[in-house]
Amino acid sequence: MIDPIILFFLLGLGAALLRSELRLPAVIYDFLSIVLLLSIGLKGGIELSKQPFGALLPQILAVTAMGFLLPLVAFPVLHRLGRFKRADSASIAAHYGSVSVGTYAVAVAYLGNRNIAFEEHLPLLLVVLEVPAILVGIVLARGFSRQMRWGEVTHEVFLGKGIVLLIGGLLIGWIAGPQGVASIEPLFFDLFKGVLALFLLEMGILTAAQVGSLRKYGLFLLGFGIAMPLFSAVVGVVLGWLLGLSVGGTAMLGILAASASYIAVPAAMRISVPEANPTLSLTAALGITFPFNVLVGIPLYYAFAVQAHSFFGG
Amino acid sequence: MVTHARKLLTIITEAALEGVLVRDIERLGAHGYTITDARGKGRRGVRSAGWDASSNIRIEILCDQETASEIAAHCRKKYYDNYAMTLFLVDVGVMRPEKF
Repeated sequence: MIDPIILFFLLGLGAALLRSELRLPAVIYDFLSIVLLLSIGLKGGIELSKQPFGALLPQILAVTAMGFLLPLVAFPVLHRLGRFKRADSASIAAHYGSVSVGTYAVAVAYLGNRNIAFEEHLPLLLVVLEVPAILVGIVLARGFSRQMRWGEVTHEVFLGKGIVLLIGGLLIGWIAGPQGVASIEPLFFDLFKGVLALFLLEMGILTAAQVGSLRKYGLFLLGFGIAMPLFSAVVGVVLGWLLGLSVGGTAMLGILAASASYIAVPAAMRISVPEANPTLSLTAALGITFPFNVLVGIPLYYAFAVQAHSFFGG
Repeated sequence: MVTHARKLLTIITEAALEGVLVRDIERLGAHGYTITDARGKGRRGVRSAGWDASSNIRIEILCDQETASEIAAHCRKKYYDNYAMTLFLVDVGVMRPEKF
């Protein structure tokens, strides 16, 4: 059975490809992303209030390491094999090392529908995975130059609205605890899938807008946009298994690794690596990888996780 | 009505630049500015304002000739190569010269 939220995505995609006038006002799209980010943060925060933070430290460190590693793998592939310019390769690599909250939200719905449990503190790992790739991308493009305005970069990275809302949600959930959050549950948890459906409608429209540039940039980008998430998912799944996560949690880490950022990283790269062409990375992340992950990737990465657990033992 | 000659400098550019650009403008001596959201089409394609990465802004600055030239030169040097940016100057008359 296909999830209705996926059908919303296809509706947006189809309507935009047929040049319908359908579009969500930008403020509505902003509002929907704010609700999604906060509810994901809150979910994770409630879980943090139940367990000691110290116990999660090994996971946080391992996921940070993965965040540094993935763009370092992607960069030479893009630069040498794809013959992209240094700045462009670094920027695309940063997008693929970081995460997409939209993809994560779809995965939450996918596992939820099938009653597959996963560790509720995963939003914390999502936040952790957001940042390292941006730093790697900047250094790959720039080197450790003294001229780099690191103050500005840090501000852009840590105070971007995505990170602020996720961390804010985590803190509110952590401070208020399960009972405290109960009063705002109707908006943030009960309506989650409805909000996600509308969000995906607009994502379909945005994805369709990339198709034109996809034709221009050709096959290598298309191949990379599919091969890179497959590789990253395997890395994420193996790491999840090594960290002793449940099958659902392992799948989630695979999905996080496979997803490519299209909010935090584009904004940071635009300011820090201006010579990188933003169309290239957005075409790949939004035009290829996002739809691939949403339509094909999530079930596939879940199957990877099931395989890993039955092959290596739980 | 007595008016004093000033310049209206209009910059249309990517919303991503707002923070850094505003700091530059103030440093170069503008007393104020007005920012509005914008969308349109130019050499770098359609900027539809559907979401952050495709949003544009229009910054309007009323100032004297000297400040206007300085800001324009700065933008040209720093941003023209890598960002979608359109900039133009118009002669205007203001009633309170000390404000601009």
